[in-house]
Amino acid sequence: MTPDQALLHRSIVDPAAPRPDGMIDSAGRPAGRRFDVYRNNVTVSLIEALETAFPVLRKLVGDENFRHLARAFLRRHPPSSPLMLFYGDAMPDFLSGFAPTGQLGYLPDVARLELAMRISYHAADAVPLARSRLEALAPEALWSTHLTLAPSVLVIRSRWPLHAIWRYNVEVGAPRPKPAAEDVIVLRPDYDPVPHCLGPGAATFVDALRAGRTFGEAHDAATDDAPAFDLSATLTLLLAGGAITGIGALP
Amino acid sequence: MLDSALRKDRLPQAPGVGYKPQHFAQILENPGAVSWLEIHAENYMGDGGRPIAQLRHLAERFPVSVHGVGLSIGGEGGLDADHLGRLKRLIGWLEPASFSEHLAWSSHDSAFLNDLLPLPYTAATLNCVSDHVDEVQDALGRRMLLENPSSYLAFVDSTWSETDFLAEVARRTGCGLLLDVNNVFVSATNLELDPVAYIESFALDLVGEIHLGGHAEDADDHGAPLLIDSHGHPVADPVWDLYSRVIARCGARPTLIEWDNDVPDWDILAAEADRAAMILAGAPA
Repeated sequence: MTPDQALLHRSIVDPAAPRPDGMIDSAGRPAGRRFDVYRNNVTVSLIEALETAFPVLRKLVGDENFRHLARAFLRRHPPSSPLMLFYGDAMPDFLSGFAPTGQLGYLPDVARLELAMRISYHAADAVPLARSRLEALAPEALWSTHLTLAPSVLVIRSRWPLHAIWRYNVEVGAPRPKPAAEDVIVLRPDYDPVPHCLGPGAATFVDALRAGRTFGEAHDAATDDAPAFDLSATLTLLLAGGAITGIGALP
Repeated sequence: MLDSALRKDRLPQAPGVGYKPQHFAQILENPGAVSWLEIHAENYMGDGGRPIAQLRHLAERFPVSVHGVGLSIGGEGGLDADHLGRLKRLIGWLEPASFSEHLAWSSHDSAFLNDLLPLPYTAATLNCVSDHVDEVQDALGRRMLLENPSSYLAFVDSTWSETDFLAEVARRTGCGLLLDVNNVFVSATNLELDPVAYIESFALDLVGEIHLGGHAEDADDHGAPLLIDSHGHPVADPVWDLYSRVIARCGARPTLIEWDNDVPDWDILAAEADRAAMILAGAPA
């Protein structure tokens, strides 16, 4: 009898499960290895998808370890949608509980950053605001205005030197990471997302703007968080990265 | 060139290739015999960024075929409404020349398996597949093409031949067919069928597109050849021979070179398209 797709599904994703009956070769013998082609296709294609999605993670743990990690991940978190562009979004949480790499505490944040880069890559396009539009505002008008951020802008707060770790693994000759907590912002000035290290308080400033608070409120929140918050440097970074796309009342 | 420059609403009876972003610049500079492009629908379901921008640009110059790999038309359960909605959105703005999907399933409940999985050919699956094709065509407001799969095994319960099954789905739904000649060769080898007999029993008048791709060679438990539809190699010589027979029988058809893994340099892909163009040039009118 033909196995139903529920049984086929279970047998494909669990290599230890018996192969279902009802499938044969041309001589009428049980399908055997022929069925394993599907098991193999599913596993290999998902491992490859994760390798493409998390190149820095892979570099950090090594190819062989990454395959083990990916295999464990895909058993626990198979894709839940045919939209594979964002497959692996459960990786940070998975890594937080994955004992074999438990001593590498920064791996979940590295996965968060790589996910953010992918989300940014596929985010909607938006036309950046010219610096002159901001400069044309009187200080009090600026203070009470709202800024809209591009959909491709993402912030990750880390207690690890996240930006330095990322750089060290993608950039030849980058300095060795030193112990530090680093907040990272992903900006996409054209089509390639670029992570930047944020100064103290800047993540709070950006998060407050994104939450719909005024420029002044965002500034005060950032300064409360970190008295050393550098407004000018933060604005320069955001404008250069095309991060600000609107000014004035929120849509 | 003038014809394809003007007509974006149908695929020319000429070679096309599966679009890979690494070939973007060369396709525009030096397309050679390549007259249209095919994309995998699921890779262009983001909101923006480079993939969408490149696709918009290419679609101004080339007719585009959208090939879905995630609808799970052969699934026992209902179609994924969210996914159908995403597809409708893509097809809505792109207005491609063609849309095609597979006679296969890839989702069960909410789990997606990322592979094209086989189904038996029975009265029940015929009803189910036909209903799904109807639903897709209704949602998209257009005719689709349904592709023959690569088979590695057979189902004890199948009561229809694959060619009759496909023809009957097409008769019931009005869909067209996508004939993957490499899949024919792979399935015929794996199931010890005659590929020429398969072609002769295929509803060639309904073929709106042909696929040519490469396969890998393995063996089953008994040492019999087991070909794998890998899309990672050049088109094999016996597949070219079979393709020539198809074209001799049904005339020129839009023909895609599919190369999805270990993607080669543009020159190698373009040479495969040249080879298809030579065969198409000899087609009966």
